[in-house]
Amino acid sequence: MNLNFNQLWRYQDDFLHGIQTTLLLTLIATVAGMLIGLAGALLSDSRQPAVRLAIRSYVEVIRNTPALIQIFLIFFVLPYAGLRLPPFQAASVALSLYMGAYTVEIFRSGLASIPKSQIEAGQCLGLTRFQVFRYVILLPALRNIYPSLASQIILILLGSSLASQVSADELFHTAAFVESRTYRSFEVYAVVCAIYFIMVLSLRLIFAGVERIAFRWPTRR
Amino acid sequence: MRGFTFSDFLTMLWAVQWTATLVLIALALGGPLGLAMAMMRSSRNVVLNVIALVILQIVQGVPLLGMLMFFYFGMPVFLGIQVPALVSVSVAFTIFTAAFLGEIWRGGIQAVHVNQSEAAACLGLTRWQGFRHVIAPQAFKIALPSTVNFLVQLIKNTSLASIVGLVELARAGQLASAATFAPLTAYACVAAIYFAICFPLTQWSRSLEKKLHVVR
Repeated sequence: MNLNFNQLWRYQDDFLHGIQTTLLLTLIATVAGMLIGLAGALLSDSRQPAVRLAIRSYVEVIRNTPALIQIFLIFFVLPYAGLRLPPFQAASVALSLYMGAYTVEIFRSGLASIPKSQIEAGQCLGLTRFQVFRYVILLPALRNIYPSLASQIILILLGSSLASQVSADELFHTAAFVESRTYRSFEVYAVVCAIYFIMVLSLRLIFAGVERIAFRWPTRR
Repeated sequence: MRGFTFSDFLTMLWAVQWTATLVLIALALGGPLGLAMAMMRSSRNVVLNVIALVILQIVQGVPLLGMLMFFYFGMPVFLGIQVPALVSVSVAFTIFTAAFLGEIWRGGIQAVHVNQSEAAACLGLTRWQGFRHVIAPQAFKIALPSTVNFLVQLIKNTSLASIVGLVELARAGQLASAATFAPLTAYACVAAIYFAICFPLTQWSRSLEKKLHVVR
């Protein structure tokens, strides 16, 4: 075995830039995806069959096709519709749509976990519609879905590595760049895997901390 | 330059066999290893437990793309010889499958009430007999929907093998797109084929889940 990690130190700044872009992609996809997910979940028991069908199809198409193909489709196909997005933006759109489809399902299960009687109890207490939505539906539902939402965010962090395939300059793309400069392929990918691992572990710790602080009211089971 | 023709579509369908091959290899090798992982995780031996947990954490904390690259460039480093891409890709997918199936099946095993294994012990079954005849059949039923769901994930994830040059479905799409300059048609066909494979599985998983909840 002939390993040499020393050469990689010179590319510290490139790695840091890659990490930043990866985190930014994750953040964009998470926020946009959750907005799509919330809207989709609320609309999925709409009285319009067309709306329900549209959301169902969106969710099923995204969930049953590979994310890689979705990214390619958005990056290579949108220009034909006159919309030429740079790699980073195209990847953000694709990952947001991907995240959105999964969060529709997560939010739906969250809303389904709130019994009707609880909502009626809120109305009986004289809460406004908004207050009922916020305190009686949204917060308890959020707590129920928090674990699956957290793991979905971690999956999107890992999935953002696919953006490198349309040359968005995130961490995995940095790896390809450094590899082409140093020819130290194995070392580069070992280091990048380690960086992803550290990011995921830190994110898990943060999520566990947030869960403790944000959802600490007592439950009755 | 030539247009996208039906024969391009047939080439893609032909490439599905490589997607299927990858999935079968991953299941055939990763399945038994996954069972081992599940048993390690639900055993009382702390060392085995920790080893399985560390493997799981690593596989869940690294992008699959990273694992593919790690083994693609790593196999020659570990073994000192060049191996075909299919081998290194299979190793990565096997480990990926073992870790995730192991976690799903552990959940299934632990969802079977502890009374059941106590009852098995009372009947004079050995621990293995208890697992084989009492715990496993029930755990299997509980874990089946998630297992089918994972199968869908696995099928979709084999598309990443295209990046190291294996000509499976996704790569066939890329090649067709490059040859015909018709990315919309090419990738839409690829997506449609994946959808045609995955959607029935997803539906099956959903109906299994519904049945499970009725029984419980």
